[in-house]
Amino acid sequence: MSELTHPLHRFIRPTVPHSTFCPGCGDGIVAQSILRAIDELGMDLDDFVFVSGIGCAAWIPSPLFNADVLHTTHGRPIAFAFGIKAGLPDKKVMVVSGDGDLVAIGGNHLIQNARRNADLTVLCINNGIYGMTGGQAAPTTPMGVRTTTTPYGTFENPFEDISAMVIAAGASFVARWTTAHPRELTRSIKKAIQRKGFSFIEVLSQCPVQFGRKAGLSGAVQMIEDYKKRSLLAREAGKLGPEERKGRIVVGELVEMDKPEMFEEVQKMKARAEGGVS
Amino acid sequence: MNEKRVQSGRYFMMGNVACAEGAIAAGCEFAAGYPITPATEIANTLAERLPKVGGAFFQMEDEISSIAAVIGASWAGKKAMTATSGPGISLMLENIGFAIGVETPCVIVNVQRGAPSTGMPTIGIQGDMVQAKHGSHGDYQIIALCPSSPQEMFDHTVLAFNYAEKYRTPVFVLSDAFVGHMREEVTIPEADRIERVYRKIPAPGTDPLEIKGFLDEDVAPMPIFGQGFKAHVTSSCHDEVGKRNLIDISALDKFIRKLSNKILKHRDEITLVEKDYEGAEVVLVSYGAVARAARAAALRAREEGLPVGTLRLITPWPFPSEEIEKMARTAKQVIVLENNLGQMYPYIKAEAAPFSQVSFLPPRWVGEIHDPEHILTKIREVLR
Repeated sequence: MSELTHPLHRFIRPTVPHSTFCPGCGDGIVAQSILRAIDELGMDLDDFVFVSGIGCAAWIPSPLFNADVLHTTHGRPIAFAFGIKAGLPDKKVMVVSGDGDLVAIGGNHLIQNARRNADLTVLCINNGIYGMTGGQAAPTTPMGVRTTTTPYGTFENPFEDISAMVIAAGASFVARWTTAHPRELTRSIKKAIQRKGFSFIEVLSQCPVQFGRKAGLSGAVQMIEDYKKRSLLAREAGKLGPEERKGRIVVGELVEMDKPEMFEEVQKMKARAEGGVS
Repeated sequence: MNEKRVQSGRYFMMGNVACAEGAIAAGCEFAAGYPITPATEIANTLAERLPKVGGAFFQMEDEISSIAAVIGASWAGKKAMTATSGPGISLMLENIGFAIGVETPCVIVNVQRGAPSTGMPTIGIQGDMVQAKHGSHGDYQIIALCPSSPQEMFDHTVLAFNYAEKYRTPVFVLSDAFVGHMREEVTIPEADRIERVYRKIPAPGTDPLEIKGFLDEDVAPMPIFGQGFKAHVTSSCHDEVGKRNLIDISALDKFIRKLSNKILKHRDEITLVEKDYEGAEVVLVSYGAVARAARAAALRAREEGLPVGTLRLITPWPFPSEEIEKMARTAKQVIVLENNLGQMYPYIKAEAAPFSQVSFLPPRWVGEIHDPEHILTKIREVLR
């Protein structure tokens, strides 16, 4: 009798025997959604270069995915990805990292590359906390939550809508889902991979160990239930007033538009330069 | 392509422009940077010239992303560079350490300016000499070149790319505002007279599980992206195949030593000095723009019958300790000349002091190139 193997196991680096995620972590759900999207598109991991920063979510592609992977310094994966895409325009370059990495220390690279509409797919796994370093407050931690660096409760307004910021900066595709929406997430990742331009997907993901315990939530299941309860489809959200939307998570594909993509514009610029036309 | 990479000919050219031409001649395809005085002409020239030969210059949001993009492009298989000045280098240092850690060929030009902090942008000093070696955290070796003329801005930039590709490491060109903005005759040789080195990569189709792409003191083949090598590249402590190891200190020890030894083992092939001290009792040791003044002072001293020679460090890093010792064994007096308060001086003194008297001479004001007359006064003083 042959051993049962997971249908996506072929995408896992053969030298990696296990993941490093805590029990109940949402990163596994996200990893599966990414690999399922690639599988359903009939693509191969050699069609991709993955780039990640520092933090728990950065360890999704590094070392799990059996592909070219660059595991970079904290906050900078999008900037590294920019250079990779410039050098390998035919490859899909996907950044997978956390909210602390992409929105706090790396915020400017996120904004500027959304503005450029550079052809990158960026997955921001938002768990609302610094998990790897032991539960410090992030710019996404809700007001008042006790963390290891805010033992009397946070006193800063959090980013309540990262996706809105990325939309304002100019990204051509932006979606938000939670780990309670793995199928919808997979669908949006497929779309993000296929689209030209800066595609940003925010995934709210539970961290039961460093966030849940501190926020008074009992565990992963309860946190996913909470996501389900609070989620509100974008097309429904428009019908509600601000009071009714309070505390809800607006999910769905928030923006999808066509606009000039930077690396295509670079090709046009090169043609102008080579033709001697200024 | 309408234009040639190598614009062979004789020119009256600015040092920074010569640097950009050297990069293009060496095969640079990708450059990223952020505007900063006194390095901006390098970016301007690359922005104009690279697209005409199939490459491109990208103006990034800061120097952090500039060096990150350069490293990314290098992993995509491109020869890549950035050019900046001290404040930009300060921002790049973390990622320069990353480039060392994952063995990324790239060239970093630092057109040094009045410092610390925002300092005095149009004045050249040699203020970042030790930063290049020790600025990023941890133990590591670096290769740096110190041009002293626009011609050398061209030559050293070509050499920097060749060293970067050969040893899979970032290489500094440590220029300054004087050399960067200086205009002199520059000869760009014929294309076939310029040596161009390209990094080793694994043979196409190599089984990814057979590739040892890291930590070889004789330089591992670089498993560049997009070739199916399935490279796992992390600057966290890793082994020869790139596998992260964060628990075993013997792996850390190996990670540190192999990276360092990769440069030190080849120090003799890398080190370049210019020496003219046969029979000299006094040897002037200098580098970069200051070497021009040292040369002028030595020639004038000899006209007066004074036994004065020169030693110029073309590669301050890896530190040419053997060359310093060799010189100190024949000299009675060593005078170290730098346009700073003594950055290389402690290193030179440590090698030379057992064999000769060593002293330091800054310019009258940090920020000027030494007046040869000022050097002559010092020579007469030590010979008294």
